[in-house]
Amino acid sequence: MSSITASDQQASAKGIPEATRAKVIQPAWVRALHWTNAFAMVLMIMSGWQIYNASPLFGFTFPGSITLGGWLGGALLWHFAAMWLLMVNGLIYLALGFATGRFRKKLLPITPVGVISDTKAALTGKLSHEDLSKYNQVQKLLYAGIIVVGILIVLSGLSIWKPVQLQYLTALFGGYDTARYVHFVCMAAIVAFMVVHVALALLVPKSLRAMIIGR
Amino acid sequence: MRRLRNLLIPGVDKSLLLKDAVKTMPDLTRRRFVAGGASFGALTLLTGCDVTDQFSAEQMLKQVSKFNDAVQAWMFNPDAMAPTFPESAITKPFPFNAYYGLEDAPEIEGKDWKLEVRGLVENKKPWTLEELYKLPQVKQVTRHICVEGWSAIGSWTGTPLRDFLKIVGADTRAKYVWFQCADKDGYNSPLDMRTALHAQTQMTFKFGDEILPRAYGFPMKIRVPTKLGFKNPKYVLSMEVTNDYKGGFWEDQGYNSFSGS
Repeated sequence: MSSITASDQQASAKGIPEATRAKVIQPAWVRALHWTNAFAMVLMIMSGWQIYNASPLFGFTFPGSITLGGWLGGALLWHFAAMWLLMVNGLIYLALGFATGRFRKKLLPITPVGVISDTKAALTGKLSHEDLSKYNQVQKLLYAGIIVVGILIVLSGLSIWKPVQLQYLTALFGGYDTARYVHFVCMAAIVAFMVVHVALALLVPKSLRAMIIGR
Repeated sequence: MRRLRNLLIPGVDKSLLLKDAVKTMPDLTRRRFVAGGASFGALTLLTGCDVTDQFSAEQMLKQVSKFNDAVQAWMFNPDAMAPTFPESAITKPFPFNAYYGLEDAPEIEGKDWKLEVRGLVENKKPWTLEELYKLPQVKQVTRHICVEGWSAIGSWTGTPLRDFLKIVGADTRAKYVWFQCADKDGYNSPLDMRTALHAQTQMTFKFGDEILPRAYGFPMKIRVPTKLGFKNPKYVLSMEVTNDYKGGFWEDQGYNSFSGS
């Protein structure tokens, strides 16, 4: 939370009373990257469903009303356009997450004991949301986990896109056909995360406000 | 605004951080990042010049697809071979796939068929099947990947296209080899020259050691294991060495033109 400390220090240095300044929970770069990612992710998922429909891996297809692109060709155009937004945005996020120490400060440490006790607390309604700038152990696990899934879905996507040029990456995922399943499972994990994430954000509206206006 | 900037990257030198961030991008992103910006800029300029030409999602997507052609051409390594497989890995039965049913597949009489060679070549003499069969052939067992996502492993035997281009004296500095086919509604597809010269790009006459059956493109298909399936034309009638982008059956409908794998 160097951002908060830094800005608070500057504020006091300038003689602005700290009480009148609300604490910044989500810095601007996090908010910008978060919503850009959300937009890119929705485009990727909806066009991805249309692509899936052209050759389903399982015994179902996605209804046309929730897909993007109209047909396979259109969906591929969307998918391979939105991938740049997703990838560039994601790389900036990773770079800044490490460079600013945000990942280390916000997401670590994660301990099995902490995750279990916070899960229990959450399920019994005893988990505190007083300080939104501090993540509980379940949040830490989910946010760290979804970053890993995000990396995996991009890498498995690249290995499906370029199974010859990036054949070592494709081999790492167990070959072309297996990489398709990895890509799908990662999508399913992200969609599941989004459902929980959005539901919880709506349950604790001030967390949603923090992601929009910062505090 | 100053406060916002401080919040953006507190306590970190912004220019250094940006440098670091760019370094973590893969080469591909780094090199094409600017080019992408340029083409978006160019697009805005173009639409700005013509007031009747409104910016649309479709145009933006087409522009990005062109950008992706360039990225893929840059990624394409002429020395990278598509993975090969043992014969035991061959998919049986190998799927027939087209935009029409098998009953509508072209029926070509081998002895009447001639391959037309056009464009920037020294020798435009048409080739009979008998003549083509005399050229040295090689076999490959590679994975065919369809734009739809499914894949199948097959065994294809034929003459490397680059050997044939040499024999007919093609100008290999040209941009494309453009194929026209006998499929109903007229199938055609452009192949970029660097891919045409790839060692595994093949004029295929046999599938599974037997004369190419009607289902797989008799009398000749072009097998390109570094491209998606629709860039592997079947029932080929002619090839033209050209600098012009002449479009293709699927390419014109929106499939990415390079479609490399």
